[in-house]
Amino acid sequence: MTRFVRSWLGVAATTATLAFGGSQAFAQKELVFGLQCDRTGPTANVGTVLCPGYQDYIALINSKGGVEGYKIKVLEIDNEYKVPPAMEAHERFKKEGAVLEGLYGTPQTAALNKKLEEDKILGTSPGFGTASAADGKRFPYTFPIAASYWSQAGAAVAFAKEALGGSLKGKKIAFLFYDNPAGKEPLPILEDLAKSEGFDMRTFAVPAPGLEMGAQILDITGRYKPDYIITHLFGRAPSVSIKELKGKGFPLSKVVAFVWGSAESDIIAAGGMGLAEGYSTMQFAGVGKDFPVIKDIEAMYKAQGKAPPKEMDSTVYYNRGIFIAALHVEAARNAIKAKGGAMPTSEDVKKGMEAIKGFTLGGFVPPMELTPADHEGGGWVQIWTVKGGKLVKVKDWFQGNRPTIQKHLAADASKS
Amino acid sequence: MFHRESGVFKTTYGADMALYPLPIAKWTVVALAVIFVVIIPLSIHEYYLSILNLIFIAIVGALGLNILVGYTGQISIGHGAFMSVGAYTAANLAVKLGLPFWITLPAGGLMAALFGVIVGMPSLRIKGLYLAIATLAGQLIIEWTINRVPAISGGAQASIQVDRPSLFGVSFDTQGSLYYFLLFFAVLAIIATLNLVRSRIGRAFVAVRDQDIAAEIIGINIYRYKLLAFAISSFYAGVCGVLYTYYFGIANYEQFQLIVSIDYLAMIIIGGLGSVLGSIFGAVFVTLLPIAIRIFMENVGALFFTTAEMANVISGLRLGVFGGLIIFFLIVEPEGLNRLWSNIRSYFRVWPFSY
Repeated sequence: MTRFVRSWLGVAATTATLAFGGSQAFAQKELVFGLQCDRTGPTANVGTVLCPGYQDYIALINSKGGVEGYKIKVLEIDNEYKVPPAMEAHERFKKEGAVLEGLYGTPQTAALNKKLEEDKILGTSPGFGTASAADGKRFPYTFPIAASYWSQAGAAVAFAKEALGGSLKGKKIAFLFYDNPAGKEPLPILEDLAKSEGFDMRTFAVPAPGLEMGAQILDITGRYKPDYIITHLFGRAPSVSIKELKGKGFPLSKVVAFVWGSAESDIIAAGGMGLAEGYSTMQFAGVGKDFPVIKDIEAMYKAQGKAPPKEMDSTVYYNRGIFIAALHVEAARNAIKAKGGAMPTSEDVKKGMEAIKGFTLGGFVPPMELTPADHEGGGWVQIWTVKGGKLVKVKDWFQGNRPTIQKHLAADASKS
Repeated sequence: MFHRESGVFKTTYGADMALYPLPIAKWTVVALAVIFVVIIPLSIHEYYLSILNLIFIAIVGALGLNILVGYTGQISIGHGAFMSVGAYTAANLAVKLGLPFWITLPAGGLMAALFGVIVGMPSLRIKGLYLAIATLAGQLIIEWTINRVPAISGGAQASIQVDRPSLFGVSFDTQGSLYYFLLFFAVLAIIATLNLVRSRIGRAFVAVRDQDIAAEIIGINIYRYKLLAFAISSFYAGVCGVLYTYYFGIANYEQFQLIVSIDYLAMIIIGGLGSVLGSIFGAVFVTLLPIAIRIFMENVGALFFTTAEMANVISGLRLGVFGGLIIFFLIVEPEGLNRLWSNIRSYFRVWPFSY
């Protein structure tokens, strides 16, 4: 009965040995990075742009001679936003000797937290996973490296406060969110801030897949009539929300979206940049092409006689890919330097990641500081607003309501 | 298992029903046991063990669904939800009461069985596509409930971390040790199913599937057996969910959404409805094929594509080839891989003297 299992395994094993037997013999000065990706699953709209960004940055580093003399080999595995393939991908990265890996997806990050710790390989989860993973003592090998949903909630309230003239007392804020764990995560922060800032908050859940929210929008604009709306949606839902709010005549200048509702493609799908005038979004990496690193990648393609890839035009997600790659490379650089040029282990790279400070890549990366205790780096975001047909930066890197976030992190740590 | 006499020589019912039709079959089982317990875990890399581990868990789930869909003929697309019931039951018991896995695992299974009976109640009145939609409702209601009730889900993240299972002070925390943990339950599930389907209950299931009115006339209580099928199937699903929970160290309902129910249906349809071996083939096929395609493409595709193109090509090709192979296998043999395998076997039974 299990001969079939065996023969398949045999095939797999033979192919693998033949192939990797060869690749094991590569030049010694090579580092392996693992990257999980979703190019075919429910979030393929993100993955198909983000992962090329990652690959291009690594190609750029390699074309310049690598990081401290080490070439980087990226092993990318598409997990289709499913959990078992994510575990298989992690084991594969481990087998290939990866010094770090980029995770993809909230349930996948949750399922790998423990394994990463057991195997002592760091995983980065920018925009995924739980907010409490910012606590490096509890999750030593999980690195959110970007503002968690808690930090984003804090920043959204801070931005709304500015937009509403400096005080939220007696104001009404609607929170429109995707009804899954990631969507609900900011709720405790928002409730806490509603109390301390003295505003009234009401929540409106959008069930998956988030394509139908007419009732919620009608409830918000017709009945609740808020002064400000904070949206936290995924996939196609953000563009639906923009279209619906516009349709009901709600001023989009009174809306701020979390980081997954903020790509150019979301706004274009809602009817174009012109229609979404005033819509504000949060970003954890630079937006646009006006960065030295983007120019370098364009130059690299030009030197190869090729046109820059079309993914580059979708700057929000493409740049996030570069952002993840840049931090990975920086962690490896710190690790190699700390070892005096010797081959770093995954634990050295983890220490290297925890030493990242003052690395901004020309304003592309926030002024974050990763430490053994803080794997989020401070929870920085930027706010970009649609103005005159394109995204314009209206607020540079800032941390909103940081004390509240830290209070919740401490409370969460003591609970477990 | 792999050996057959050259013709049909059985003269008693007992001989026909025996698990070991020939003495040599017993030795095959012993050889397989040695291979799986000793040779494989000691000789292959941890990475391949991790794939085997995923296959073992999938086998348990696929067997459960096959009992319901393949043997009893009741369609269910709520299998993923029953897994999450098992997973959260076990995780809550393990975290809140600190119970060991040998209590939480059957408890998770039993709780899932209870929910299976409830969701299966419509099967007493409706059949086919109608039942499929009723079980779909079950899937969505269970997902919604877990998402919305913090007492079950353990908070906004709806995920509960559990410690690794341990027995007599030995913790199963590496792929190697988890291999034995999961192998044990996969083998247990296979043996239990093999025996279930040749028992009175199993024959009643088949009778209900083939013609439920006829089954009722010959004295089978179809209400009882339909609900029993749902209970047993959901018990397997619950255990499968608990195994996932211990394997990943976390219970998270997003691992058990509708797509998982569909994946498991695909497994048993590809493997072969109404067969134990088919469930195993299906679980192996669905788990392994994407990996095999990727590994193949990484080696061969490098000749044709650049690294940047490869990532897209592999993802796209994997979906295409996977879908194409499913269609191919089902055209060649609509009854699945199991029938394909038995066709090959019966061809060689009298080979080379086929006349």
